[in-house]
Amino acid sequence: MNTVTEARLAAERHVLDILSAAEAQVPASPAAFSRRSFLKLTGLAGGGLVLAFWMGDEATAVAAEAVGGAKAFAPNAFLQIASDGTITILSKGPEIGQGIKTAFPMIIAEELDADWAKVKIEQAPINPKVFGRQSAGGSRSIPTSWDQLRQAGAVGRAMLVSAAAAEWKVAPTELSTEKSFVIHKASGRKLAYGALASKAAALPVPDAKTVALKDRKDYKIIGTSINGVDNRKVVTGAPLFGIDQTLPGMLYAVYEKCPATGGKVKEANLDQIRALPGVKQAFIVEGNGRPTEVMPGVAILATTTWGAFSAKRQLRVVWDETNAATDSSNEILAKAQELAKLPQGPGVVRADGDVDKALASAAKKVEAFYSYPFVSHSPLEPMNTTAWVKGDTVELWSPTQTPDPALGLVANTLGIPVDNVKINQTRVGGGFGRRLMNDYACEAAQISKQAGGIPVKLQWTREDDMAHDFYRPAGFHAFKGAVDGYGKLTAWANHFITFTVDGKVPSNSANYPAEEFPAMLVPNYRVTQSLLPLGTPTGPWRAPRSNGIAFAVQSFLHELSAAAGRDHLEFLIDVMGEPRWLEPKTEFALNTERAIAVIKLAAEKAGWGRKLPEGRGMGLAFHFSHAGHFAEVAEVSVDRAKRLTVHQVTVAGDIGPIINMTGSLAQCEGAVIDGLSTMFGLEITIEAGRVQQSNYDRYPILRQGMHIPKIESHFIQSVYPPTGIGEPSLPPVAPAICNAIFAASGQRVRTLPLVKSGYTLA
Amino acid sequence: MATVRLNVNGQNRVVEDVDAQTPLLWVLRDSLGLVGTKYGCGVAQCGACTVHMNGNPVRSCQIPAAAASGAAITTVEGLAKADGTLHVVQQAWMEHDVPQCGYCQAGQMMSASALLAQNPKPTDADIDAAMAGNLCRCGTYHRIRKAIHSAAAKLQKKA
Repeated sequence: MNTVTEARLAAERHVLDILSAAEAQVPASPAAFSRRSFLKLTGLAGGGLVLAFWMGDEATAVAAEAVGGAKAFAPNAFLQIASDGTITILSKGPEIGQGIKTAFPMIIAEELDADWAKVKIEQAPINPKVFGRQSAGGSRSIPTSWDQLRQAGAVGRAMLVSAAAAEWKVAPTELSTEKSFVIHKASGRKLAYGALASKAAALPVPDAKTVALKDRKDYKIIGTSINGVDNRKVVTGAPLFGIDQTLPGMLYAVYEKCPATGGKVKEANLDQIRALPGVKQAFIVEGNGRPTEVMPGVAILATTTWGAFSAKRQLRVVWDETNAATDSSNEILAKAQELAKLPQGPGVVRADGDVDKALASAAKKVEAFYSYPFVSHSPLEPMNTTAWVKGDTVELWSPTQTPDPALGLVANTLGIPVDNVKINQTRVGGGFGRRLMNDYACEAAQISKQAGGIPVKLQWTREDDMAHDFYRPAGFHAFKGAVDGYGKLTAWANHFITFTVDGKVPSNSANYPAEEFPAMLVPNYRVTQSLLPLGTPTGPWRAPRSNGIAFAVQSFLHELSAAAGRDHLEFLIDVMGEPRWLEPKTEFALNTERAIAVIKLAAEKAGWGRKLPEGRGMGLAFHFSHAGHFAEVAEVSVDRAKRLTVHQVTVAGDIGPIINMTGSLAQCEGAVIDGLSTMFGLEITIEAGRVQQSNYDRYPILRQGMHIPKIESHFIQSVYPPTGIGEPSLPPVAPAICNAIFAASGQRVRTLPLVKSGYTLA
Repeated sequence: MATVRLNVNGQNRVVEDVDAQTPLLWVLRDSLGLVGTKYGCGVAQCGACTVHMNGNPVRSCQIPAAAASGAAITTVEGLAKADGTLHVVQQAWMEHDVPQCGYCQAGQMMSASALLAQNPKPTDADIDAAMAGNLCRCGTYHRIRKAIHSAAAKLQKKA
């Protein structure tokens, strides 16, 4: 194993922090959000009502600075109502394609009873002291903001009602609101919000806890379909994305790093590069050894992107690879296969009951080895950031999923105070977890600094993007499972073979959650792990951990139901057992009643049990992740030549109430296609520490025309608070399709991607 | 270094002091400030850089700027009419709420509008053939297909 530097480990810890923050559980009870209050602010040009809303009392006075006024608690978003009736709502989180810029304002507008046609939406500035969490990750945007946004709208509405009540000298209880009007039904009078805004602004702000929130049955905006608020800008090619940013006097930068993580620059043909047309500067960047910030490399600055790209092709760097990654996918597989022969791994993730005893006395035992590969995020917009260092301050324009932690990372990179870092959030051309990291932002800042404070746009090539990812870690599972004479699941052992940087704990997103399905559902349950050294960085990829684990676990579960001779639908429902929360007092745990409901719904909608012609089959898989309960049924055909057609995937999910129907359906469609694309054809392989795929020609993402299945999605809008949808609909896709392949052909898929086993898309 | 004369979205543009081999993509983006056309792969694998050259969809990352001289180039910024009326494809994209992250959609719409100009009533197979060069990492393929069919229907009505 290579020498692992402290910097490398610091980067690992940072990713873990990001993931923990992204997946932090919010309290189940709104009462836990005590001391919530709202601040009324003045100073809106042309009059009107401005409400700042916030949570907690730890960050005082910052709010006032943000809007220039009174001292108060720190707000985390703003609602403004102008005298002309225009309602402006700031959306605080990054838009990465998950639709949050539309969904957040829908929640506020609902409780405000706003006329959506008069709502204007703007991206909030990045300032976590004012806005709180501003990251997009872990499918947590909605659950962490639900109460806060509803109360913001409701307080605004209450003040407008009070203003109207004073105007008409009637009790507020006699008034109702609808589409930006306060209405007094008894007298037939109505007043527009715009006309009331200045009067409302003169009133005291009520305590949010005293303001009633709507019953779900009264929702008029939440649950409907509202198309993306920036769609017009997208379809007209407006400059929205990170790559579209420009500054006066800006140079275009590229950055070449060692293809094996951790290599340093020994020498480079910098003089030759500096002489190339359009090249203004070329220099070595030492970096701080953290893959999450700046690794060593060579920066080239030119007057155009093409000038920089062309010069990069002429660049010759001799790397010192003393401490660089030497990983080999072939060796990793060989070692994993060897380790799989052990009865169990040295690390215990969870051990319930007595697995060995249950296996020994079982009526039927099944053993199987599953594996899935490293994969890349490959968002279509390659990593980039525009940065301008001025003295000991820096301003950045960055397509990041995590602008708030980026502030600290950039500050650390430059050695400046965090308050001297300003980040402008751009639209993000795809996240998928890649942009939870901010390495490209730190690099841009460092390059601008070393260039002498020139504004630079750092643009990675697609090849850079594929070579320097935080890959979804590969995973290997050696399973043993058993059913008793009644066909009941009695034992489950999973020896998980995964990776480590420090030799002690699993690499990022390569750990096994102790509560992952079917933990707590099998009396004798054991997950152990073995760790293989890995120098290449890993990280969260859409539905981290579950995206790989679900394939192995939900496929192996099907092997057990098949061994028991039971129908998988009936078996899965039996495994869930009595209705209960598996972990009490948290609505972020698996609830067996919700699980059974989605399993039944998916089966019913897909026509489970229907007689199918030869060579055609259905597969069912459930998985719980990111607080979402999802079951999916795939219907496929497979011929003797392993030509596969995925006819349909039926999705059934429970994430509580749906905020935006079109957005939620889009996330399910995207998850099914992402899931199929990845399980069918995608694999990153590494040799000598170097990723072997460099562009889409060898990383064939699914295309139009590649028999993309019909997708039908159904939601159970249960009574629980809403949770996110970006991730949980993805994990069941691969096992549902693999279970369907088994039903259609009798062939069990235990290795992904499918192309490795000779499958083609018909 | 050379001077390249281009006709982009109906306007004659002169780009001075440019490497004649610079791909059209980068001349559009860096020299002319038309950033709607996107860079995704640089090797004609993703289609994000698709523009029209004399009405045909081309990957602008593969066309040297000098080779585009004299041709009529249309980018996503030129799809709508000068008065802001959106192209039927843009309208359909909005109606069907196609974009997720939106990064690939300029290229998708340029391929789709070229398809409809040549084949006003495309079948699913026609769509597959015309659109296979445009990757969407978010997986908006169903909505793209629906939007193309609905744009085609609108064109039929107008005709």
